[in-house]
Amino acid sequence: MSTGTAEVNGKDLQEVESVVIRFCGDSGDGMQLAGTQFTNVSAVFGNDVSTLPDFPAEIRAPAGSLAGVSGFQLCFSSSEIFTPGDEVDTLVAMNPAALKTNLPDLKRGGTLIVNEDAFDKGNVHKAHYDSNPLEDNEALAAYRVHKVPMTRLTRDSVEGLGLSQREADRCKNIFALGLVYWLYDRDAKPTEEWLSSKFAKHPSIAEANLRALKAGQNYGFSTETFTVHYEVAPAELAPGKYRKITGNEALAFGLATAAKLADKELFYGGYPITPASDVLHELSRLKHFGVKTFQAEDEIAAITSVIGAAFGGALSVTASSGPGIALKGEGIGLAVMTELPMVIINVQRGGPSTGLPTKTEQSDLFLSYFGRNGDCPMALVAAQSPADCFAMAQEAMRIAVEHMTPVFLLTDGYIANGAEPWLIPNLADLKPIKVHHPTEPNANGDGYLPYLRDENLVRPWAVPGTPGLEHRLGGIEKTDGTGNVDYNPQNHQHMVETRQRKIDLIANDIPEQEVFGPESGDLLVVSWGGPFGAVRTAVDRSIKAGKSVAHCHLRYISPFPRNLGDILNNYKQVLIPELNMGQLRHIIRGKYLVDAKGYNKIQGKPFLVSELTHKIDEML
Amino acid sequence: MSTTDVELPVLTAKDFASDQEIRWCPRCGDYSILAQIKKVLPTLGIPKEDIVFVSGIGCSSRFPYYMNTYGFHSIHGRAPAIATGLKVARPELQVWVITGDGDALSIGGNHFMHAIRRNVDLKIILFNNQIYGLTKGQYSPTSPLGKRTKSSPFGSVDYPLSPLSVAIGSEATFVARSVDVDINHLTMVLERAANHKGTAFVEVYQDCNVFNSGAFEFASKKDQKVENCIYLEDGKPLIFGANRDKGIRLNGKGEPEVVSLDEVKEDDLLFHDESAAEPAHAFQLARMRWPEMPEPMGVFRDIEKPTYDAAVTQQLDDAKAKSGTGDLEALFNSGDTWEVK
Repeated sequence: MSTGTAEVNGKDLQEVESVVIRFCGDSGDGMQLAGTQFTNVSAVFGNDVSTLPDFPAEIRAPAGSLAGVSGFQLCFSSSEIFTPGDEVDTLVAMNPAALKTNLPDLKRGGTLIVNEDAFDKGNVHKAHYDSNPLEDNEALAAYRVHKVPMTRLTRDSVEGLGLSQREADRCKNIFALGLVYWLYDRDAKPTEEWLSSKFAKHPSIAEANLRALKAGQNYGFSTETFTVHYEVAPAELAPGKYRKITGNEALAFGLATAAKLADKELFYGGYPITPASDVLHELSRLKHFGVKTFQAEDEIAAITSVIGAAFGGALSVTASSGPGIALKGEGIGLAVMTELPMVIINVQRGGPSTGLPTKTEQSDLFLSYFGRNGDCPMALVAAQSPADCFAMAQEAMRIAVEHMTPVFLLTDGYIANGAEPWLIPNLADLKPIKVHHPTEPNANGDGYLPYLRDENLVRPWAVPGTPGLEHRLGGIEKTDGTGNVDYNPQNHQHMVETRQRKIDLIANDIPEQEVFGPESGDLLVVSWGGPFGAVRTAVDRSIKAGKSVAHCHLRYISPFPRNLGDILNNYKQVLIPELNMGQLRHIIRGKYLVDAKGYNKIQGKPFLVSELTHKIDEML
Repeated sequence: MSTTDVELPVLTAKDFASDQEIRWCPRCGDYSILAQIKKVLPTLGIPKEDIVFVSGIGCSSRFPYYMNTYGFHSIHGRAPAIATGLKVARPELQVWVITGDGDALSIGGNHFMHAIRRNVDLKIILFNNQIYGLTKGQYSPTSPLGKRTKSSPFGSVDYPLSPLSVAIGSEATFVARSVDVDINHLTMVLERAANHKGTAFVEVYQDCNVFNSGAFEFASKKDQKVENCIYLEDGKPLIFGANRDKGIRLNGKGEPEVVSLDEVKEDDLLFHDESAAEPAHAFQLARMRWPEMPEPMGVFRDIEKPTYDAAVTQQLDDAKAKSGTGDLEALFNSGDTWEVK
């Protein structure tokens, strides 16, 4: 979207509102790094940013192959944005395979920058092209094509530093980055500083990268192929200090913050799994915060170690993804039965089975909501964006300890790896988390009843080491109050119903549901989790187009907010778009008897705004 | 630090009994193990509230209900992992794991192995009755080849596992074996385990008198056990027999063989060394199985090695000493930040 033009150094500088860039190349080409650096400089500059990394499940698929293409898309804008964008404005393709898999997403009239040195016979063949696509003028006619000999120019720029050819070639992503910096008038300083510090121990590599970056910028400035470049003004975000944050970073920060707010130590038990491992990585760096991380032997040990730590009185957390959550099921049931507080994070990915490990999906709602033997209810919340992971990590922990229940926190690969600006909070403004460990007997006489409940049906959390409160917990059905083993039929019915009521009562302790848009009307779009941004943008556009549409985004799913039923009845139609076959829709239809319609995408990719606006239009 | 004695209340076995009715079968070997553990606990000088028993599933795993300490009757096979989480979160507690041959070696084999190799400061007591009792009589991973059970009516074709071999192979720092009804010996072994810093693994031969009665008579009957077992003593030669007239010597191939003391001098016998740096000696002893060989009883291995839980705590302390206690606001403000006015 162009909003003005000026001339600088003989080249047009056009002002645009928002831009979508995608870097793509071989998984060894450093595309994630280039994208991350572009995101950082844009965020530091003051744009709103949203990112979508997309990498292959294989660490290194064969070089030049279609399977090995890695991409990083980002949107940066002078206004508030909620998604990394539908269509790509500028595509940087480092080889034929990257061009082939990504060109369909480049908008007509968009800018295509390719490393023409990589389009040799071998690579063209590996990408399953019959002939060099750069020579097919007809196919590329719709785009502004810039064929840049990046490999050669990069090698030239680092000449004299004594680098091997391989080392020199590894700088070409930085050359591409420099070129795009020029194109979008970015200040490269944060990247220069980052390169200098990253390669502080290898001065020649640092110098090579700095030279490549400069060479890329100079190429844009001095060659005639680029006649125009763009600027995107800072966005008007709420005042304050910001940093860029990914969902998994925000989870780690949120959990450490929850421990601080509760004045407790954090125990994290986890087993490596994509895309949840970064939570373990981030937390394992926070030892000076008193965070204990335990890399367990398997997913089952991860959840059961967390149960043991929770019995011991620690704020306890585990994170995993679909296959790992499936393995944890029996353990989570034990946590429900023993009514111990903990947070179980499910960073969802494409399933079933191993499925699509690096791609996003929302298909574990049923698994998390129902996936245990017996009637086994627990609280479930879902983050809506990378930065929201910070808030929801604390909220999940608060519900867990204040209601003595395990709590599921759902995110997904899109939120986990995506990044956005995060308004750094003031600790004093955050909601405290109340933890109480009794030290006195609670029964008549001097006994301790581990299942003596308060008005919210919450049991006390006495911990080992407390004299006089010795008690036993277990997975066998028990008498309310004493916790003694009890197979009595009436008692079992009472306990199953009590455990459900306890979860239902949490509805009184969470905010009422808010709606974006009119309070009643033709269509309510209900969403949860990662699709928040795309749905919000689509509904906003529909409202601006004069349509009677509202958006209800759920962060609390078990229990639902207490006013959700009323909201659903205020609209003629209900649409629930999900990246699954309709799991939330199934639950909402069952609970509220609302004839909600679905819009279901199961492709390992997030919704495009255009897909949703199309669906909304179709329903009205 | 002051060395003034703090008067701890003197506890007895009775103080460790809970008010729950014990529901093991009459004459089950578990009763004796329960009694010996209750006898050992008051001798440790540890307050009752600092002791936790964690179990999995199986007859033996009912154990925590019968102790008036903190306890956790969990799910099948997972007790070592639960205990690890508890011990790492609360290193000052004394944590016991009560398990069985199916619980520890079949469904929970992975946790068993990893708790041991990490040397978490846990006392793992494995009640080995060579049968699945709670599910009413199927063969277990320690049942002998050919064992006829409900699920192996023609005899089991599974080769059994030796719990001690697994423990030693997993780099256990304390490994011992005793027998349920051998009261004094069992008490000695449990006491040694309780006082070991690190994972202490004890296999107890336990008679399931309903589904596998008499499986360990060779090691429990007074008249038989002295002929069939060798009672290990650290630094002493391996001698056995009612008249202490037989010993174990390593033959030319380095394999143990039974010799008569009429023909061989004591000095030429194999000497027991609990603290041998390499586990080969303990492993060799663990491979000696009745009836081919007399079976060793007692402490096979007892070495010192830093524990996992202490190392975790140490890393936290070191990190705090190096970087100061974590400051969230400093963490949030690290890296690139920018101001919006």
